[in-house]
Amino acid sequence: MYRTVFLLCLLLPGLSSAADNEYALVIQGNRFIPDELVVPAGKKLKLVVENRDDAPEEFESYSLNREKIVPAHSSIILYVGPLNPGAHDFFGDYHESTARGRLIAR
Amino acid sequence: MLGSFVIVFREMLEAALIVGIVLAATRGIPGRGRWIGAGLLAGLAGAGIVAGSAEWLTSLADGMGQELFNAGVLGLAVLMLAWHNIWMSRHGAELAAQVRQVGRSIQDGKSECSVLALVVGLAVLREGSETVLFLYGVSMSSSGSGLSLVAGGILGALAGAGVGGLLYAGLLRIPLRWFFGATGALVLLLAAGMASQAAHHLIQADLLPALADPLWDSSGWLPQGSAAGLLLHSLIGYEARPAGMQVVFYLMAFAAILTGMNWSRRSQKFSLPKTQGATA
Repeated sequence: MYRTVFLLCLLLPGLSSAADNEYALVIQGNRFIPDELVVPAGKKLKLVVENRDDAPEEFESYSLNREKIVPAHSSIILYVGPLNPGAHDFFGDYHESTARGRLIAR
Repeated sequence: MLGSFVIVFREMLEAALIVGIVLAATRGIPGRGRWIGAGLLAGLAGAGIVAGSAEWLTSLADGMGQELFNAGVLGLAVLMLAWHNIWMSRHGAELAAQVRQVGRSIQDGKSECSVLALVVGLAVLREGSETVLFLYGVSMSSSGSGLSLVAGGILGALAGAGVGGLLYAGLLRIPLRWFFGATGALVLLLAAGMASQAAHHLIQADLLPALADPLWDSSGWLPQGSAAGLLLHSLIGYEARPAGMQVVFYLMAFAAILTGMNWSRRSQKFSLPKTQGATA
């Protein structure tokens, strides 16, 4: 019994750190909000991208090697990283001129 | 307008290259036009359905439905292309000999064509659903630029099909002796590239470890978004920043299909000594 509790306590930091590495992005008016996110380098991250527009968008990044469609009025989950320190640009493939942003890994 | 031109051009070119390679690879098989046409139409119809249900697809499997769908479609296409190449190593010699004899039909030709119709359909389904979704998004925005965006899309579709057609014409000019070897190599690289993309979707869904991410970075001298990078991406699966697991999948698919082709060719030598060496 005590051992189970002890093991659960060991697991807890792992669980909370997974939650810490979750980041949210919103697409509104064909733009990413915020357009810059500071994230830890060298860790796997969970990105939740919510599209509040009427038009679908595609989250794309050459630097992150990611590509995923975000349908209108819905959210997607993306796993990225572990990232090298530095800036990683991403854009909305369907509205490339306005939908631009980047992750700054430190 | 330029943006929609580029997007539709890119998706169209990818589909057109695959259709072109398949058309070239089935040269001389009777009734192939009907099968490939059927694959095209089914792919287009499917693309509309997939685009319409994008939201539902995304919500499947804890938000990883898109990745699983793409990986599944790509995996199926890799299997079909592998089967085609292995089949072709055995029958390529017969076909090369019979192509000149008008009206001679090959019994296995029909099943071969149905497999390739599926490959064409899957390629059109994947590239087409992104295009449909994009154009749908464009038509939703009622701004005045909508018309020029649609015009850009139509021009992009024509240009993509045109470049794909040029590649097909280029392939057709290859003398028959080298023909099956050339298309076989193209199909082999195409299949390996698709296997790497399937791995990419599974990594994105966190179902496969990335190993090294990226394994290398050649975006400095050949960016994947450049014209040459895009062409090489759809033809041989080039990526500027591939994950290690993608390279593993690429090499494994490449080696497995090549082994299958060699095995099939070797067993043919025993069963069909007369046509041996006709394509060598």
